[in-house]
Amino acid sequence: MHTKTLTALSQGLHQGDFTSEALTAHYLERIKALDAELNSFITVTADEALEAARAADKLLAVGKGGPLTGVPIAHKDIFCTKGVKTSCGSKMLDNFIAPYDATLVTQLQAAGTVMLGKTNMDEFAMGSSNENSFYGPVKNPWDLKAVPGGSSGGSAAAVAAGLCPMATGTDTGGSIRQPAAFCGLTGLKPTYGRISRYGMVAFASSLDQAGPFTRTAEDAALVMNAMAGFDERDSTSSDVPVPDYTKTLHDDINGLRIGVPKEFLSDAEGLTPEVKAAVQAAIAVYEKLGAVIQEVSLPHTGSTVPAYYVIAPAECSSNLARFDGVRYGYRCENPKNLEDLYKRSRSEGFGDEVKRRILVGTYALSAGYYDAYYLKAQKLRRIVRDDFQAAFAEVDVIAGPTTPSVAFNIGEKTDDPLAMYLSDIYTVAVNLAGLPALSIPAGFVEGRPVGLQLIGNDFAEGKLLNVAHQYQQATDWHKRLPE
Amino acid sequence: MQWETVVGLEIHAQLSTQSKIFSGAATAYGAAPNTQACNIDLGLPGVLPVLNKATVEKAVKFGLSIDAELAPRSVFARKNYFYPDLPKGYQISQFELPIVGPGHIDIVYDGDSKRVGITRAHLEEDAGKSLHEEFPNLTGIDLNRAGTPLLEIVSEPDMRSAKEAVAYAKAIHSLVRYLEICDGNMQEGSFRCDANVSIRPKGETKLGTRTEVKNVNSFRYLERAINYEVERQIDVIESGQKVTQETRLFDAAKNETRSMRSKEEATDYRYFPDPDLLPVDIDRAFIESVRAELPELPHEKQQRFVNEYSLSEYDANVLTSNPEMANYFEEVVTAAEQPKLAANWVMGELMAALNKENLEIADCPISAAHLGGLLQRISDNTISGKIAKEIFTMLWHHPQKTADDIIEAQGLKQVSDSGAIEAMIDDVMNANPKQLEQYRGGQDKLFGFFVGQVMKLSKGKANPQQVNELLKKKL
Repeated sequence: MHTKTLTALSQGLHQGDFTSEALTAHYLERIKALDAELNSFITVTADEALEAARAADKLLAVGKGGPLTGVPIAHKDIFCTKGVKTSCGSKMLDNFIAPYDATLVTQLQAAGTVMLGKTNMDEFAMGSSNENSFYGPVKNPWDLKAVPGGSSGGSAAAVAAGLCPMATGTDTGGSIRQPAAFCGLTGLKPTYGRISRYGMVAFASSLDQAGPFTRTAEDAALVMNAMAGFDERDSTSSDVPVPDYTKTLHDDINGLRIGVPKEFLSDAEGLTPEVKAAVQAAIAVYEKLGAVIQEVSLPHTGSTVPAYYVIAPAECSSNLARFDGVRYGYRCENPKNLEDLYKRSRSEGFGDEVKRRILVGTYALSAGYYDAYYLKAQKLRRIVRDDFQAAFAEVDVIAGPTTPSVAFNIGEKTDDPLAMYLSDIYTVAVNLAGLPALSIPAGFVEGRPVGLQLIGNDFAEGKLLNVAHQYQQATDWHKRLPE
Repeated sequence: MQWETVVGLEIHAQLSTQSKIFSGAATAYGAAPNTQACNIDLGLPGVLPVLNKATVEKAVKFGLSIDAELAPRSVFARKNYFYPDLPKGYQISQFELPIVGPGHIDIVYDGDSKRVGITRAHLEEDAGKSLHEEFPNLTGIDLNRAGTPLLEIVSEPDMRSAKEAVAYAKAIHSLVRYLEICDGNMQEGSFRCDANVSIRPKGETKLGTRTEVKNVNSFRYLERAINYEVERQIDVIESGQKVTQETRLFDAAKNETRSMRSKEEATDYRYFPDPDLLPVDIDRAFIESVRAELPELPHEKQQRFVNEYSLSEYDANVLTSNPEMANYFEEVVTAAEQPKLAANWVMGELMAALNKENLEIADCPISAAHLGGLLQRISDNTISGKIAKEIFTMLWHHPQKTADDIIEAQGLKQVSDSGAIEAMIDDVMNANPKQLEQYRGGQDKLFGFFVGQVMKLSKGKANPQQVNELLKKKL
């Protein structure tokens, strides 16, 4: 059953081919058997899952329920889940049981999904390899020596390994698309504001956006129908109407204008020849499907990583101030006084990468440096958005690599944060501009998946899923499964 | 050397909304600790603020009433600092783009009037409270107040004395209460003042180094704190030292200010726009809809009292100092139809009685209608002013009774029947033949004696004017 897509499972459940309870039990079995090695889950909620599955079966038995009723899923451990540990991959929140559900969790629960558990992640979503988790690194199901990507590495690994058909993730600078690319999945980062951020532990509020990991674009369309929408509890969420994303999947892409940024295929940014070749081959597929390929320019691509690594840490330095050992979360033992309580709780509760970013962000916002760093980065952000808008005046979607290389080895870049940051070169610009983008499987390099990134204009998720689905109708990269 | 005092005030007015500025939790004062703090106020992971529109409306109301420029777009910013009663580790405030821009207010004190500039007013959330007393070796945190909406009103350094500063603070206090945007309760902390105080040689135009005095929770303390601080700064400078820019705490018990933290120790708040909140855009239509709701403002009411009731500027100023007092006065006028008499009684007898028992006008046992009823009986000569004062005391203790009830029950009605008065005069003349002889012999000052005797005989009820006239005739 775990080899089926979510869409196929949904049909099976509604046709009575199997029950949600059986399906859920099957995934729980797989988690039990495989996850000790993969480490993709932080918490498994087996009893609650089986109970939810039985409730779903009752609905299905009487012909009720929607397309997601009874479908097992997993949530990145960044989403608050009432009564269940919500650790954010950090020692700081290792003891934190959220007293409320994130809006996204409520929405997917209301749609009938069955939560299997909470997935591993880089601490507070800071990382590109899932090596920054308090709960240890996650392994890539395609190659256990490789990282699954990050920060949503647990979600990606779990879906790729067939431990669940869909998992939620968050993408602040590539944290859905990069692990999707590394694990051979379809991963969508929607337009900023498309999915509520309420209940999602904040890393960089102006960049954070939730999205799904699935095996196919068709699956992503199905879950996006339940995930997208305005939330009055999130002032930055959008009230643009949500279309039925499954309706436009089959639209003809003949004549579609696809822009390929020349900066994305230049060798200067560390793009490996194998990935470049795979991306060019994918673009050739589109050409065969009738798309018109056109070169575009995103001239400030080289500045996006520096701008991102000012804005994201600046916001994180403020967002993470609430973890002070006073009300919840980790508190150091026997604090001598208030200052000692703050210093030790935060020094002991946060990992190195989180501390590094808090320091960078605090510095960037400090009096005397604000204009030179934060303000300048914000100006650059506007320019990056303008670059995209200029490109979208000429093309419908933008295509390119998701990452410069395929998944690297565990431990390969841990001592070089800068090299790690630079691997975000193709993804961060999209967050800075607030645009939707997805990554789909487009080949392999020595057994490790390559991701093709498609970027759309504001609220063009439907178009992106359509374009991705058409590719998946013509190719079978997404059908391959790791051993 | 002659020194000039320079004062600017930062006033925090708690906006009287049902719910908090960024959450749906209630704002009522005095609830059990942490019972009015929701997930958002607690700063739980993942929660987000949503702006309470009522706070924007109240800020705009204030801006319109001080003739201020209103920002078409204002921005919430995060003020970052660590403190246990600040759950998020930052306070959401406004920094570069406040909602209310420059405006002004005219203040009246000691017969002078003066225009004070208001630099800005911005919206922000309050922090919680740290409780040290009840918990030995521990600090209690009560987050009920966290997220309560505040309007911080920052004045120009336009005040030149503690008295002027108090007059300004009182004018703002009166204004926010008229606008019904703040209950003005200083004991409960709904209206708090911080004073920026500096001195400079008279004639100097450059500002001296200022200190900020915090924790002043009454007008009386404000005056004392500023006066203390001015004296202290003069001493510092005259002894050859320099005033340090710092924050000082006023200690009401010791009647002094003491250093809290110096500029060097001051936190770098690392302000930046809050990415969780959209900029606040207000358009003309919204401003006009708020303007249409504006009540009569203190200075407008004062002018009307002068014109409509022919009151002096001073009387009008006192009677409009707060909206309840002004309303009470107007109700008395409606019942008694004698504005001058009403003003005298409200400002005299009534205020004295309220002050004596430390009561607000809202808690006054005598209703405006009842006081008006009493005054009516004075103006239609049913009772004398002296009797009226006695009845006033009785009304104070028996709020359900009217003046007419008391007059009736106690037979206090003034005797204006000339026959009856003449009879009493005859009795007095007969009883005091010696005095009568002396009076008639030229001792004019004995006239008062006869008036007194007649009034005594009538138990104060005889119409004094008639007594005078008839006595003159008879004697």
